[in-house]
Amino acid sequence: MTSIENKTASSWLNSDRRRLIVQEYGIFLAFLLLVAILSVSNEFFLTPGNISNVLLQTSINGVLAIGMTFVILTRGIDLSVGSVVALAGMVSASFVTSSATAGIAGAPYPMVVALAAGILVGVGCGALVGLIVSRFSVPAFVATLGMLSAARGATLIYGGGKPVPALSPEFRWIGTGNILGIPMPVILLAAVFLVSWWVLTRTRFGRYIYAVGGNPHAAKTSGLNVTRIRFMVYVISGALSGLAGMILSARTGSALPQAGIAYELDAIAAVVIGGTSLSGGVGRVTGTLIGALIIGVMNNGLDLMGIQSYYQQVLKGALIVGAVMLDQKRNQGV
Amino acid sequence: MQPLLKVEGLKKSFGGVAALRDGRFELEAGSVHALCGGNGAGKSTFLSILMGIHKRDGGTILHRGKPVEFSSPAEALRSGIAIIEQELSPVPHMTVAENIYLGREPSTRFGGIDFKTMNRNAQALLDRLEFSISAREYMMNLSVAQMQLVEIAKALSHEADVIFMDEPTSAIGEKEAQHLFSAIKRLKAEGKGIVYVSHRLSEIFQIADSYTVFRDGGFVGAGKLADIDRPGLIRMIVGRELGEEYIKTNTPTETAGLEVSGLSAPGKIEDISFTARKGEIFGIYGLMGSGRTEIFNCLFGMDRPSSGAIRLDGQAVSIRQPSDAMAEGIAFVTEDRKVTGLNLTDSVRNNICLASLPEMSPAFVMRRSEEQSASADMIARFAIKAARDTMPVSGLSGGNQQKVVLGKWFLRQPRVLLLDEPTRGVDVGAKREIYRIICDFAASGGTVVMISSEIDEILGMSDRILVMRQGRSAGIHGRQETDAQSLVHLST
Repeated sequence: MTSIENKTASSWLNSDRRRLIVQEYGIFLAFLLLVAILSVSNEFFLTPGNISNVLLQTSINGVLAIGMTFVILTRGIDLSVGSVVALAGMVSASFVTSSATAGIAGAPYPMVVALAAGILVGVGCGALVGLIVSRFSVPAFVATLGMLSAARGATLIYGGGKPVPALSPEFRWIGTGNILGIPMPVILLAAVFLVSWWVLTRTRFGRYIYAVGGNPHAAKTSGLNVTRIRFMVYVISGALSGLAGMILSARTGSALPQAGIAYELDAIAAVVIGGTSLSGGVGRVTGTLIGALIIGVMNNGLDLMGIQSYYQQVLKGALIVGAVMLDQKRNQGV
Repeated sequence: MQPLLKVEGLKKSFGGVAALRDGRFELEAGSVHALCGGNGAGKSTFLSILMGIHKRDGGTILHRGKPVEFSSPAEALRSGIAIIEQELSPVPHMTVAENIYLGREPSTRFGGIDFKTMNRNAQALLDRLEFSISAREYMMNLSVAQMQLVEIAKALSHEADVIFMDEPTSAIGEKEAQHLFSAIKRLKAEGKGIVYVSHRLSEIFQIADSYTVFRDGGFVGAGKLADIDRPGLIRMIVGRELGEEYIKTNTPTETAGLEVSGLSAPGKIEDISFTARKGEIFGIYGLMGSGRTEIFNCLFGMDRPSSGAIRLDGQAVSIRQPSDAMAEGIAFVTEDRKVTGLNLTDSVRNNICLASLPEMSPAFVMRRSEEQSASADMIARFAIKAARDTMPVSGLSGGNQQKVVLGKWFLRQPRVLLLDEPTRGVDVGAKREIYRIICDFAASGGTVVMISSEIDEILGMSDRILVMRQGRSAGIHGRQETDAQSLVHLST
């Protein structure tokens, strides 16, 4: 770990080429630095139990942030993810709880039905927002702000303002189970990351997203269906919010009406720290994952050091702004 | 007589790369001086140093014989050096007077803005310059040409005596350009020094008295325009003999390539009909806003015509969106490559492939080797100068960027090429290459329709020319039977 630090320090001053590498992988180096500092200062940090804990804490924000990356790459924003988490979590839980609690005839259903319902809720919310943004040219900020409020309201209506317990053990397994010792949420995050990385870097659709975000006019004159691509990114963000909502319900064993409040902020923070430009067309899902990990590791590290969570919020705020300031500076340098 | 502005040995490097090695320049009061050079010649660096945006590494700038040093555009302006930039940035929701006096508003006794005095002064200034613009008009209601005039008035309100104009005619029409030129003549008569930066040589010969040429960051030569001819100036700019400016190698056939009949879009174009033949370069000439680009928008599915028929190779086609036009083999090189042509943040390679993504990913997944070879082909075919094809396209010069746009469309092997101002903001050398590419395409049987507001270009390149006036056709003329005067006459 220390050798990497030394290398970073010296390359900062030396050749241009190394500086480029630092620019390109700066976020990764920052992450390693953070990990290095924490492992030196706290012997508990690098234990398997704690690592697993950090990953688990990061998984929901990671899934949301990856969906957010798709949206931000097209110059959009999705403020509704936290509310969609709550709604999807509650709807899916209602399918695996007793019929008396949720008022759904025939419940509990098999896990698959609950999963399908949660994803569908997310897709539905995303599709509605996507339609409003892409077809009716409402700014994404406004459309998703509307959905932030509406989906929260729908959650309260659906559950009558009360929590819905998710009783089915097989459903709870998505949140609490593990494969070969790796927690299920972490496996899901890894899967989401790999698929998203593949879509964004290897497929036609990924190219479309970067083109629409980089220059929508040029994308249109090049024959791309800009409306459909804009629509699709909100559907993706919605679907991933649905997934995150189910992970949350399964982990806590209960779907709370106030679940997921302010989750959009952490998701946006991870994307921004990960180097994706809010003006679209530039960014990587790898950066987003690391951004989410930085937030997770930082929270965990501060917890281990016994620092109050109030201070953590202040630090996170500084981190977001600092990351963008660095990004601005580096863009001017090029 | 002491020169108004004298620059010697100006030097500037960016990260070890010399952008300007030896900038020399001498401006007389009461004259128009053309600053010429290709892209990358160092003109922009020169301008940005004089404007106070960049700090010079070496050299002297003498203004009325006194050495000056600026660290911001505001300082430059205060000492009397103003620049009318290529892309204007007015405050649209403020009036002309407010824009002219922005930051220096006259105040009333109580500290508020004295609008009465401000409007009166602004109007007096505009009237003196014979600009016929109301000081109370909102900026957003003005045309680009009028905004330029307001910028000039603003410069004069600062008592500027040196006025730089960077490509002032790139966004205005021929008629408005003539207005601008008469404004320049008035400034000259008032004893101001005007530095005119433009790629358009005909304008330089029309308006300027003397010239300075930069090439590869260094001073090449200077003199009176009366003592040099057009080929001579081109030779200095390019650094080698280029031969004829417009070499036509195509011969139109009798087969119709693109037939347009009765094309109308309400408020934009009305009843446009023409037939461009295979092997022909069909020119469209007209002022800004005359409906030139709107024809292309309708042909390419960017806009829906209310009536009219389009036939390709004799077959009627229906085009509702750009992808329909592309499927029929139409390619559209748009007017402004930065706004509608390129994804500037993305790489050269991805930009070249941008219009061919479905073809390169039959099974959804991009075929990277195909992308790589396609981009390598186009770079070789059009001699695009890029360090790597994975570098951002924003790092290329204007001419090379334009060739990337051409590469993007040639990759699709089009039948019909729609070109909207294909050489705007491109230097003389790259222009030749683009003309060659267009001619080769036509010579091999392609159909070309080209819009240009550069009259030499349209006359030099087109076989026949359609003149647009206020959304309507003002006739189609063969290149032999028309000249610059009659084109301008028809278009206004």
